Parts: sequence; structure tokens; C-alpha cells
Amino acid sequence: MITIEPEKIHKALSDLRAEGYDFLRSLTGMDWGEEGLGVVYHLEKTTTGENKVIKTITANRENPELPSVCDLWKAAEFNEREAYDFFGIHFIGHPDMRRLYLREDWVGHPFRKDYDDSLNPLRMTNEEPDDVTHHYEELPDGSVIEKRDVLFDEDEYIINIGPQHPATHGVLRFRVSLEGEIIKKLDVHCGYIHRGVEKMCESLTYPQTLALTDRLDYLGAHQNRHALCMCIEKAMGIEVSDRVQYIRTIMDELQRIDSHLLFFSCLCMDLGALTAFFYGFRDREKILDIFEATTGGRLIQNYNTIGGVQYDIAPDFVQKVKEFIAYLRPMLKEYHEVFTGNVIAHGRLDGVGILSREDAISFGATGGTGRASGWACDVRKRHPYAMYGKVDFKEIVRTEGDCFARYMVRMEEILESMHIIEQLIDNIPEGPFQEKTKAIIKVPEGSYYAAVEGSRGEFGVFLESRGDKHPYRLKFRSTGLPLVSIMETVCRGAKIADLIAIGGTVDYVVPDIDR
Amino acid sequence: MEIKKPTIKSIPYEEFKNNEYLEDMVKQLNENGANVWMGCMDDLINWGRSNSLWPLTFATSCCGIEFMAVGAARYDFARFGFEVARASPRQADMIMVAGTITHKMAPVLKRLYDQMADPKYVIAVGGCAISGGPFKKSYHVLNGVDKILPVDVYIPGCPPRPEALLYGMMQLQRKVKLEKFFGGVNRKEEKK
Amino acid sequence: MFDFSIVTQWIHSLLTSFLPEEVAVFIECLAIGVCILLAYAIIAIIMIFMERKVCAAFQCRLGPMRVGPWGTIQVFADVFKMLIKEIIAIRHSDKFLYNLAPYIVILASIMAFSCLPFSKGMEVLDFNVGIFFLTAASSIGVVGILLAGWSSNNKYSLIGAMRSGAQMISYELSMGLSLLTIIVLTDTMQLSEIVERQADGWFIFKGHIPAFIAFVIYLIAGNAEVNRGPFDLPEAESELTAGYHTEYSGMHFGLFYVAEFVNLFIIAGVAATIFLGGWMPLHINGLDGFNTVMDYIPGFVWFFGKAFFVVWILMWFKWTFPRLRIDQILTLEWKYLVPIGLLNLLLMVIIVVFDLHF
Repeated sequence: MITIEPEKIHKALSDLRAEGYDFLRSLTGMDWGEEGLGVVYHLEKTTTGENKVIKTITANRENPELPSVCDLWKAAEFNEREAYDFFGIHFIGHPDMRRLYLREDWVGHPFRKDYDDSLNPLRMTNEEPDDVTHHYEELPDGSVIEKRDVLFDEDEYIINIGPQHPATHGVLRFRVSLEGEIIKKLDVHCGYIHRGVEKMCESLTYPQTLALTDRLDYLGAHQNRHALCMCIEKAMGIEVSDRVQYIRTIMDELQRIDSHLLFFSCLCMDLGALTAFFYGFRDREKILDIFEATTGGRLIQNYNTIGGVQYDIAPDFVQKVKEFIAYLRPMLKEYHEVFTGNVIAHGRLDGVGILSREDAISFGATGGTGRASGWACDVRKRHPYAMYGKVDFKEIVRTEGDCFARYMVRMEEILESMHIIEQLIDNIPEGPFQEKTKAIIKVPEGSYYAAVEGSRGEFGVFLESRGDKHPYRLKFRSTGLPLVSIMETVCRGAKIADLIAIGGTVDYVVPDIDR
Repeated sequence: MEIKKPTIKSIPYEEFKNNEYLEDMVKQLNENGANVWMGCMDDLINWGRSNSLWPLTFATSCCGIEFMAVGAARYDFARFGFEVARASPRQADMIMVAGTITHKMAPVLKRLYDQMADPKYVIAVGGCAISGGPFKKSYHVLNGVDKILPVDVYIPGCPPRPEALLYGMMQLQRKVKLEKFFGGVNRKEEKK
Repeated sequence: MFDFSIVTQWIHSLLTSFLPEEVAVFIECLAIGVCILLAYAIIAIIMIFMERKVCAAFQCRLGPMRVGPWGTIQVFADVFKMLIKEIIAIRHSDKFLYNLAPYIVILASIMAFSCLPFSKGMEVLDFNVGIFFLTAASSIGVVGILLAGWSSNNKYSLIGAMRSGAQMISYELSMGLSLLTIIVLTDTMQLSEIVERQADGWFIFKGHIPAFIAFVIYLIAGNAEVNRGPFDLPEAESELTAGYHTEYSGMHFGLFYVAEFVNLFIIAGVAATIFLGGWMPLHINGLDGFNTVMDYIPGFVWFFGKAFFVVWILMWFKWTFPRLRIDQILTLEWKYLVPIGLLNLLLMVIIVVFDLHF
């Protein structure tokens, strides 16, 4: 980790950007107590896969100011708003310095170590929609001024989609300015399910933190937990047995199939093809049965633990998985017959919501969305973990970048996942399913980052430890936040019906965005 | 006329838990007696209401997926007549608060509830809606939806299984069967 | 074939035997009104139940099962609930129009419903411009929908209403064209007469190619006319929550809901009457024994059988296809269906002029 002074950080980062570090993996706000507040940047070169971690720190706790890097990576836009929301760091040059998650009338910044919760009782007043925002600008003499910007004019026709809306997949809120049916502007409001998971983790022991990751992106519960376990194991130097690696990989892939089936179902429902929704759910139940037999949980499994998995696999696990794979292949054909080949489905998805490759990288939109735009961003290939280095599978990449490509990428990934499982399922080696760990787990001092390919993108865990039994700071790189941040770019000029199709194919899960 | 214990078709009365609570309600209803005509009308109305509980499509997190699973092919709550999930609160009869309610969401939820037309019922699904669940200590999570809405049925679990959701819905049906529409008012809100 | 007009004649003569003519007619009107409303309600209930069961069957589910045997009285429970559900008055809405809108929709639907010939001699409104009246009456419904969207003071409702206005008025055109194609063949607009002309063969067979094309266009346009999937944009659940009736609760919403289903039945009924011979049994030339057997089946069974068959096809559409987008809907209508309809009309004229039909 390289530390750079705040005065020089923008210059240093733009040099790195010019050098080819075009993917901002994660931008983490930090509170280092006495030392001050700061930001940690995780950068990656998409061409070579090289990584760099940069840190910057400002000692001013009263009025911390850092330069914005929005002009270098578009992904910074939402992440810096998040850092402002949580730590109160003002980013100079950021065009829209509003809070991202919390209400505008929230007092203080909750992730600061000196935050006082008693100032924020439950407010039952309705939140007034704010049509203005502000940004900070640095004048030539070095002083910083606040300027106001208008988001929506008074005479614009704004409709509010969400937080309770059948097509937002949870409690996301869009404010959309319309011209007839065409979207002129779109403003995303997050935070309706902001549960403060990262902050809570700071007061929980490591095994306790595991439970919360499952509930972030509940359709990638297993993968999320895998990432956190991997991060802690990496930090503590625990080597898990091959058996565990096999089980984790198979479970991850089953989870991916589960998530993609749900994606298919929900997309069809959003586009009005209700029958396909039921087909997807019917087959998804079979995966849940397999999960339930081994882990005891249907949706949320709580299966990975530090150093292994909770229980050994169920006796009929291997047979059930094989049966399921044999069952699913013809079903996928049926899906394609019911939905993919349909002329209306093509009309709704083809050429709608095009995301260019540059934008995908700049926004950090990983997962199926990025791969549909031609960016080979699969963590399983970029930084192989578990068994992925040893199995043979194809990374599905398409170049169109439209809704149909995003849809097809996921449908084809189901096939690849089945292919991976088939390679592993017959030769799960014998061995312990759980390494012995100490009763109280203390992670050695330092900062660690681990990432897995979640169901909808790179799910990363950034852990900073001070050697306690609690993490000092635990940040989850949300898979959904970059996906939501592309909405404005992608939806502009589209129709309302397209917004639904785009939202469906981008496939975000709201609790994962809000954390 | 006497008000009978609420039953559900082809499920024995004893299979349900929390019967004492409903028996209390029966006793309360029987205290002053009821006009036969009004009693019959009430029975008819309650039969209609209890068999036609249309849920609002509302879910904030994990429990919402299980809620969808209840609607899907294997569990199929359409069997009970619940399948007409309405997206507009005006047309819904019950709200299943499925998932964590945060401070930012709480006023929105209250507003949704206020927008619903009477009679309306609330089911708190999952640990988060009941008490805050695993996020109880968070700075931004409402510890129990009953702080802002009158809850009729609690369904514990994290998330509850679809069977549990069906059970909870049946419990709500039984509760709806113990109401008076013509013959006076029961279940008055306690004055504070 | 039993002629129902014997019954009506008998009632009329019975009443006039002890009442002055005017009073008798008045009483008959009342009785018919009650019958129509009753039939309307029963059809609505059957349609709703059918919809729920049919979609359940497509979706590998069971559908309503618990209320009554096979869930048969499920819809009655819904009706009881709906009748006593609160009707919310919306602030800042146009109260008069807001309350009027559902009644306009239901009125248009009932008027169109009364035009259907259910059996021989069992027509309520039957005069020489029957089809014309039917299309005119059914298109009043769009006014109700527009009013509902406008008066609710809700942006979703307004967008839904605008969409439905654009959609319904456009599709009226190709619906009219396809009906016109058959009228060219029959040279009458009277519905009972149209059915009578099909005694020796249904029009879909008699008019062969153009009649079949007209039938397909009619089904598509009719489906769009009643705002059902894949044309359910005005109430597109996943886009506009509930479209033009977002703000309606209780029985006001119930009226929209019922009207939607009965309109579907009317579309199917008209299709059955005009293309599939209405209450006319299936006759095959030369097979006299078969024809006599077919004649024993009463007319209303034929009519409802055909109508529900068409309803079933339309439900199949709805539960299979995804929803179209507004521009695609209008493209489909103005760039494809209307030109095809016009050409088809021309083709039919040629066929009629040169007497090429059966």
C-alpha cells in the first residue's frame, strides 16, 4: 500500500490512469482516528491484471477535503458520495455532493469513530424531494467554495419510480424526468435498505461478521461469505483442505445458477411474460432443495466458516446435483423456446440500453453486465481462487452491450456453471471439511483484499485489522453499486418501458447496493 | 347467536398454535351476544374478507424472495386466493412487511400503509420486520415494524420458509374471521 | 333449432292481455335490464375464475383450490370483500370525474354486451346497424379510462391513460376494418342476420383467405382493445404499478376489473358471432345425420362454447407473450395491421364481386 499526500494524490492517480490503470475496483473511505480521515483506492489494469493500492490521508477532521477522481473513473462518482455520506469527506470537484444513503437531514457521519447515534432518532416526516444539489470547487487561491446546482427544473415532468415499485427489485428509487415517454434525466436514490452492515461489523467478532454477508446479496449468499472467509483465511494464513475448496466451488456455482434462474424469472416478469417467471421459480426450487439438504438453509445458507464449511455435504449431495444438472439442460431449452425466441422479447431487448466497453470499465460494472459489453472481467479468470484455476470453463463475453447481450451472457453462464460442477462433482477428495481454528480469531495487523466472482459481478472484501478480534474497518465492494451508477448513462433517451428492461437485465440486488 | 372458533378447511384446529389468543377474541365477541341476522351477515363478510386477502407487492430484502417463492409453482398461495398481488396500495388488503425496515424507509412504509383502503392487515415477515433481527444494533434500522404499524401476525425466521409464510397467512385468515362489521366493533385500538 | 323468441312473444302477449301496451313494454324493459345485469355479473365471475384457473394451468400451479370445491366460489369471496372495501377519496382530484369514470367504463361495456346474440331469438339490441352500434358503444370505454387517468391526479395514471387512449383509438381502426371485411361478405350489419347467413357455413370457411386474415387481425386488435397482454401497457404492472386505475380502491376498482374481463368476453363473443357462426351449429354439407345431431345442441351452448374457446386463445396469448413497448404497439398497428387490413378488404371486395367465395 502506497501512501500519497492529498495535495499530490490527484496528479499521482491521473498518472496511473494514463499508465493504464483503468479499473477502479474499490474506493474506500477510512477513519484512522488520530491520523485523520482518508481514502483507499484499489486500482487494476484491465490489460494485464496488475493491482495497485493507494492510500491518502488528511489530518483535518473538522473539514476534511480531498480532490475528487470522478474525472478519471466514473465509478468514483457514487463511491465518493458514499465516502462523503459515511465520513463527511468533501470531494472537491465532484459534481454532486449529496448524501448517497442517508437522509439529507441526518446529523453527523455514522462511520466516523466519534459518531454520536443519539442525535439521530427515527424521523417519521416524509422526505422532501430535493431538486438541487451542491458541489465544492477550488478557487485558484486555494480556498474552497460551495456551489449550488439544479438537478430538475420546476417545469419538468418528474415521475418517481420506487421505493415501492414492482420493477425496482426491492426498494430502490429513481426520479425520472420525462419528455412524453422518453427519459431525459434519471436520478438514483439509494439507502432505503441501508442497514449499516459495515459499521456493525466493526463491533462484531470475525465469526459473527460472517452472518451479515449472506444478507447483503441474498442471491449470492454463498459467494459473499466465501469472499469474507477467503479474506480472513488469507490474513491468518489458514490453508483450507481440497475438500473444502471443491465444496465451496460447487456451492458457488450452484448459487450462480440459482441467481441466474431468478434473474431470468424476474426479467420475464418485468417484461410481462408471467409464465416464464413461474418456470424459472419451479426449477430454482430444486437447487434450494440441494442447499437445504446440506446446509439447512434455503435462501441464506450460513455455510462457509473461517477455515472450512459448517457441515460436511449431505450423503446424497453428489447424486442430487447430478440429477439436477441432467434435469436443467432440457429446461433451459424450454426457456429459450418460451422467451428468448419470442419476437416481442427480441423487440424489447435488442439494441436497448447499450453500455460501451469503456463505460463499463470506467464505471466498474463487472459481472454479466461488463461481459456483455465486451470486458472480460470474470474474477474467476483474472484472479483464480478456490478450484477455478484447475477447471476448464469458458468466459462468456459478448460485444453488443445491449439488454439482449446481458440476458444471453447470463443464460450461457448457467451452462458454464453446470460444466464446472460436472468436472468437480465426481472427484470431491476426502479430507476434513473444517480446519481447526482458535476459539477467538484475531487477524494480524494489516489490510487485506479478497474478491470472488459473485452472481452479478466482483464481490470484494477489504479488511483492515489492528490485531483485535474485531475488524477495524470492513468494506464490501458492492456488486450492485456500479450497476446502479450506470443507469443514468444507459437510460438517457430510452423509454420508461426500457428502464424496466434495463433494470431487469442489469440485475442488481438492492440490499447489496445499500449494504 | 354464538360466534364459533375460527377454522381452516381440512386442517385440524389443534394444529394451530396461539389458539388461546383467538379464543379470547371469541369470548369477547360472545360477551354481548349478537343479533342473528347481523351475525350471519358478519359471517358472510368475514368469509369473503378472509378468503380474499390480496397482498401488496412489497418487499425490501431477503424475505421478499421467499415471498415470491410462495407465489411460485411449488407453494402457490393462489390456492388460498391470495394470488392477486396488487402493486397499488389502494387495492391491496394486506401488506407483508418482508425485510428490514430502515430509518429512511419507515416514513415511506407508513405512507404506504396509510394509502391502503380499509380493512387492511399487516404481517411482519422475518426477524428484521419483527425486531430488527440481525441488524438490531445498526444505527439505521427500525427495531420492529410494530413501532410504526399495527401488526396482525408475526412470522419469525430469517427468512421464514414458504410453509411458514403460508401458516402465517392462514393465521391471519383465522383472525379476520373474528371481526364484527355490522354487529358492533371489536379489536378497538387501545387508548394511550 | 329452438327459437327463443317464442318465449318472449308469449311473455309479451301474456302481459298485454291484462296490461296496457306501454306498461307491459316498460315491465319487459325492466326485466330485460335485470337479466342483462345478472348475465353480465355471472359472465364476469366465470371469466375471472377461468382466468385464474387457466393461468394457473399454464404456470404449473393449481390456482384457487380452498374456497369451495376446486375453488369455484373463490370469486364470490372476492366480490363480497370488494363490495365493503373502503373507497378512498383522493385529495386534489377532480371528484366528479373521478367517481364518474368507472361507471362510464362499465356502461360502455354493458351496452356492447347487450348487442350479443346469445341464441336464436335471444338478442336484446338487434337492429339494422348492430355492428356499428356495438363498435361505437364499446369505444366509449376509452373515455372512461382517459377520465380515470386524468382525474386521479397521479402521474402513473395519467401516463397509463394516455397510453391507453393512443392504443385503443388506433386499434379501433383495424378492428373496424376486419369487421368491415365480413360486412362486405354479408351485406348486412344486423347481428342476427349475420348469424342467419352462416347457416350453410361459418364465414371463416365461406370467406376463406380474407376472412381468415380478418379473423387474425380482429383477434390481435380485439386483444389490444381490451388492454390485455401483450398489449396491457395502460396498466403495465411492472412499469406503472396499476396504470390508469392506480388510485382506485374498493368497488370502483372492482368495476374496472370486471369491465376488463367482460370486455374480453365481448370481443370473443363478437368474434364467435361474426367469424364462427354465433349460435349456428356446425353443419357439413352432405352429412345430414351429423347436421341433425348438431341441431339438437341448443344455440346458446354453441355460442358460449365458441366464445369461451376464443377467450381461451386470448388468455393463452396473454400468459405467453411479453409486453410490447408503446412505440412497438403503434408501429404494429399503423405500419402493419392497417395496411394489411385495407388490402384484405380490397381482396374481399374482389372475391365478393367475382363471386369467388363458397
